[in-house]
Amino acid sequence: MSQAVARDLPVAAVRRVGSVKAFARRKSTIAFVMALPLILTIVLLVIYPAFYSIFLSMLNKSMERFVGFANYVFLFKRETFWMVVKQSVIFAVSAVFFKALIGFCVAHFVHNVPTKGQRKWRGMLLVPWVIPPAMSTLAWLWLFDPSYSAFNWVLERIGLDAVPWLGNPYWARFAVILVNVWFGAPFFLIMYLAALKSVPEQLYEAAAIDGANWWQKLWFVTLPMMRNIIAITVLFSLIVTFANFDIVRVLTNGGPVDQTHVFATWAFKLGIESGDIPLGACVSLFMFPILAVAAIFILRGITRRGNEA
Amino acid sequence: MTSTRLDRRRFLAASAAAVAAPYVRTSHAAGRLTVGFWDHWVPGANNVLTKLCNDWAAKEKVDLKIDYITSQGNKILLTGTAEAQAKAGHDIMTLPTWYASAQAKNLEPMDDLMKPLIAENGNVVAVTEYLGKQDGHWVAIPATPGSQVKSPCGRIDVFKQHVGLDLTKMYPPGAPADKALTDRWTWDTFLAAAEKCFKAGYPFGLGLGETTDSVDWVGALFASYGAELVDAKGNITVKSDATRQALEYAKRLVQFLPPDVFAWDDASNNKWLIAGKGALIMNPPSAWAVAKRDNPKVAEQLWTFPAPKGPKGRFTPGLPFFWGIWKFASNKSAGKSLLTYLSQRAVVEQLVTASGGYDIPSFSGLRDFKTWAEEGPPKGTLYHYPPRGDEIVSIAMSPAPTAIAMQMYAQATNTKMIAKITQGGESIDKAIAWAASELEGFMRA
Repeated sequence: MSQAVARDLPVAAVRRVGSVKAFARRKSTIAFVMALPLILTIVLLVIYPAFYSIFLSMLNKSMERFVGFANYVFLFKRETFWMVVKQSVIFAVSAVFFKALIGFCVAHFVHNVPTKGQRKWRGMLLVPWVIPPAMSTLAWLWLFDPSYSAFNWVLERIGLDAVPWLGNPYWARFAVILVNVWFGAPFFLIMYLAALKSVPEQLYEAAAIDGANWWQKLWFVTLPMMRNIIAITVLFSLIVTFANFDIVRVLTNGGPVDQTHVFATWAFKLGIESGDIPLGACVSLFMFPILAVAAIFILRGITRRGNEA
Repeated sequence: MTSTRLDRRRFLAASAAAVAAPYVRTSHAAGRLTVGFWDHWVPGANNVLTKLCNDWAAKEKVDLKIDYITSQGNKILLTGTAEAQAKAGHDIMTLPTWYASAQAKNLEPMDDLMKPLIAENGNVVAVTEYLGKQDGHWVAIPATPGSQVKSPCGRIDVFKQHVGLDLTKMYPPGAPADKALTDRWTWDTFLAAAEKCFKAGYPFGLGLGETTDSVDWVGALFASYGAELVDAKGNITVKSDATRQALEYAKRLVQFLPPDVFAWDDASNNKWLIAGKGALIMNPPSAWAVAKRDNPKVAEQLWTFPAPKGPKGRFTPGLPFFWGIWKFASNKSAGKSLLTYLSQRAVVEQLVTASGGYDIPSFSGLRDFKTWAEEGPPKGTLYHYPPRGDEIVSIAMSPAPTAIAMQMYAQATNTKMIAKITQGGESIDKAIAWAASELEGFMRA
């Protein structure tokens, strides 16, 4: 039957049907169709809000007039804005550095635990990462509580002075970074552990034959083999840490005297609590160029190394 | 088997029913109404509000849907802002403190409701008018649930023993205040009392963080000294002798407060009092209500009474809540009917009783309910909670135009000035200059 129909159709039409079928069968087409729901979700929940946010940031305070880049220019003149920029950089860079360092060290420790007991360690060490941060930060808040700090209770019992964990700007910055490191280090641990397991054992054997000590093995074998995964995790964590909201919001709410605000918490303070949505949108968008520059450098390095390989 | 054949009789009956349907008064003939109420923290208060609303809905034949939205994590602010942006959502929305004025352009005018309500219930306090009226028009009506004042709540025993002041004599239960004593209840007396309580190991629990409890009591202090950061016309007036006086006073007071007050949030002062660590906080009676459950011995010694007075008067921090009807609401007439019903004296009294006296109606004629006289222990502890005497209920950062004041309030400009001159070790002049620069930033249109 189909052959009969095909016989009756003009040659061009048969070719067209054939090319549509071929197009539908192409791997790239199938991949695109399968990824389409995800693409639509990203367009709906990421791309559209991002462009809407750009639009909002170009309105005046009462959102009735287009003002172009006036809000950005205004922010550049504010002392508090530059303080938030500085704090966001300090917060993100130091937190990511310590997360990477701790994750790297603990990954080595877990890697060297006999296989039998390794699962338990992996499970336990992942606990901070699987608890929703708003909840775990509440627990930290109780530990740092201005009046009832459990840490201060211990310090006082051993004859030391209580520490104003959240009342002093420097201690408050330390506290928010500490909680972020506690929450995020397990992510680095699990990524680095996976990377460590993929380093061929023969490389270490060869290095050992050449007389390399543990430091030389680490520097000349482990680190080069993990370079890409370190770069990717640092980039990913930098993005997430820069955009952090819940830890600072729950622990210090940006205080004392704005000295722990990061972009997201200050944007919320301006946009929602102070009723200035355009300025809040403007602050939140400042994360984008900073992260874009970091992403370009890190991803360029990864691509270059990929090409060299 | 039942016949499904459409005969002449059935056709006529069905046609008649279809034609008459729009005119039949069903149980929901007045349409559908959706309401976003604030989720009250007092157990059972929501149930009373729901029952009252359902009674009204049954009588008015409205299909009513109520959502209780918590203020935890600013959810009620986020919901209100999102609905205003999307031009969709509830018909009636609860708007805490500053958000009626912030959403004024999205709200239905309420002058037609407020005129008869004021005639019936008495004038509204100045702070409610400041926040609820924009360009001479009411944009929302004062809601009873959530509206509060933040009077001092002090320990009777500690004040008697260490300050030599009987709070229950100064503000006796069920009777007017003792004029001779209240005349002496000034910020200077307050400072002396703070010092004595500090030395006795019961420091006053007055936060200096960036949340509302901190901003509010400092707002009352500044107002008592006549310190306006921005005047009603929007001029920056922070560089004044009054501001300097208020800051000098605050500097003296801070040395008698707990050292970590700069990190306090709205729960810290409550915990301080409930745990028996302090002699006084400035808060609605939620701390007392929780103490009744968690530390009854402390609760029995708590007394709520008006704030001290300063050179410009006795200012009490007030935070009214509002109910507004969105311009995009689909059933405005039913909304106005419900809000009128919820503002009737008998209904308001039930709401106040359900809140255990926490809620303070904004109408001056609705502050004589027996709840405040009867609540205890100690009996009458809340009698002087509703402002009735010489108190001026105000909000921090007033009388600045609300669009500016809201930013000053949210960013706690007043407590930050105090933190700078105390914790930060800066001079008063430097703190004032910093505030002036911040205020300039809040002026953008």
